[in-house]
Amino acid sequence: MTPPPALQATGLLLHLGGRPVVDRVDITLAAGQWTALVGPNGAGKSSLLSLLAGLRPPDAGTVQLAGRPLQAWTARERAQRLAWLSQQGEAEGEIAVADVVRLGRLPHQGLFGAPTPADEAAVQAAMAETECAAFAGRRLSALSGGERQRVLLARALAVGAPVLLLDEPTTHLDAPHQRALVRSLAARARAGAAVAAVLHDLNLALMADRLLVMACGRLVADGAPADAAVRHSLVAVFEGAFSIETLGPAALPRWVAVPAR
Amino acid sequence: MSRATLLTPLRVPTAARRLPWLSPWRLGGLLAGMAVLLLAAGLAAGSEGFSLAWGDEFGLIRAIRAPRSLGALAAGALLGLAGALAQGLFRNPLADPYLLGSAAGASLGVVAVLAIGGLAGSAMGLATAGWLLRLGLVGAAFAGALAGVGLTLLLAGGAARPIKLLLCGVVVGVLMGAMSDLLMLVSPEALRGKQVFLLGSTGFLGWHSVALLAGALALLLPLAVRFARALDALVLGEASAASLGLALPAVRLLLVVLMALATGSAVSQAGLVAFVGLVAPHLVRRWVVVTHAPLLALSAAAGGVLLLAADVAARSVIAPQELPVGVLTALLGGAYLLVLLRRPGALV
Repeated sequence: MTPPPALQATGLLLHLGGRPVVDRVDITLAAGQWTALVGPNGAGKSSLLSLLAGLRPPDAGTVQLAGRPLQAWTARERAQRLAWLSQQGEAEGEIAVADVVRLGRLPHQGLFGAPTPADEAAVQAAMAETECAAFAGRRLSALSGGERQRVLLARALAVGAPVLLLDEPTTHLDAPHQRALVRSLAARARAGAAVAAVLHDLNLALMADRLLVMACGRLVADGAPADAAVRHSLVAVFEGAFSIETLGPAALPRWVAVPAR
Repeated sequence: MSRATLLTPLRVPTAARRLPWLSPWRLGGLLAGMAVLLLAAGLAAGSEGFSLAWGDEFGLIRAIRAPRSLGALAAGALLGLAGALAQGLFRNPLADPYLLGSAAGASLGVVAVLAIGGLAGSAMGLATAGWLLRLGLVGAAFAGALAGVGLTLLLAGGAARPIKLLLCGVVVGVLMGAMSDLLMLVSPEALRGKQVFLLGSTGFLGWHSVALLAGALALLLPLAVRFARALDALVLGEASAASLGLALPAVRLLLVVLMALATGSAVSQAGLVAFVGLVAPHLVRRWVVVTHAPLLALSAAAGGVLLLAADVAARSVIAPQELPVGVLTALLGGAYLLVLLRRPGALV
């Protein structure tokens, strides 16, 4: 028997202000794959991600985590298996960087549990992966936007969850750290996680295993960047604001989005 | 990511506001030391200046100065704790313990008792009424503060949505304030009593108050510290904290109740002492980078030291006259915030 998919959503529907922002969406996120969720502003990407994370109930439809409905998990069990990174701007406070990252272990420890060596190892590994260790003792409020984003990313990675949902994780990151982020998403997927990230940078999204293209709350394309039809609908939902060029050898092609004149 | 390290330009470390020698433990020790010194000063400070002839004044010290000083320490600690809880709960460094209707509730309670007492005083003789009043005021302030917060929680439908909670606190404050004003129109003598009580005063603290305040602190501080990790998680934002598997509405409700109990017990004994709850957590955060568990404990210590210092000053600055301690804390706290505001980017 094949194991159930890491995360499976069927018929998701969400209305905000009388308007459907997520409109009958079916998605399956498989372990070992990293997926980029792209689409124009207001397409419903963040809303979809928060539904998948169980942060709000859908008007209709179900989300299953490892074959069990999200609501059937206790909040803590769910948090151990599903990590979510919010769009930036919300985190605000005076606690130290390392203590922010340690919050990622809260689902494992519970509110009253003491950290184990495994918890601390996961925290240190996540800080090393996002290069936060150098400012581990500084206050969150004293960081630049990019540094802060790396800290919040480390917090999400420290959970060590098999499902990783990231809402615009590349915000404020410079080019080396964007590349590092994409590498670590790919590495997490290779290690068996199901990773989905909302991305605005199409060139980063085109490096994913799989592209989900959204427009007006609907899923309009779903497939690998190698699929010409997927690339075509990507250009279409962005009203032809760019073209996608193929680079590199035919055996190992890459795709880049080039802004239209 | 080693390549990224090579490519990232070297960063010059920014000057930390934190003093390197001041660890949380050392700050705790420092505050404890200050508390001991101030307690000694509090025992010595009389209406005729400082006196070290403790043998002669033993009766006076035992009956008045000792409970007053210890009471100021405990009431300040409760306000510091409540302030740190409020700032963590509402993720706002300018939140103070009086936000959710507790101040207006306490005022209304006091005014109501004074108004009833004024009417009753003409019926049953002033001495009896005065005694009843003293007892009633403390209870009324406490009940009023809790009623204010309770009404706020009721209007907001629980503690699930902090913005709604804050707005409801404002509404309750306005409504209860209006009711106080109305009562004072009916019974003008309540105005004077309200002023004395609500300016904040450590002058009425006796051993009974000390026992009550210390008991409240011993109960509330460990409980709050136990749940402090939820306040750490709230730093990430509402949704992220919820995504960590926390039962936020329940935990927040508990913390609001702890905050209301701390505020209510302090206010019932010492009146509406201004700024201690707001400033104490600020001072702690300026000195050390800590999570909320030590922050709550250190804010309580700082609040106690602040109020005790203000109490000693209130007794000795214009001795033999005495200043209401609330006026002093407002003055000092206001000045402190003004200094903070004038530093660019420092008010966090």
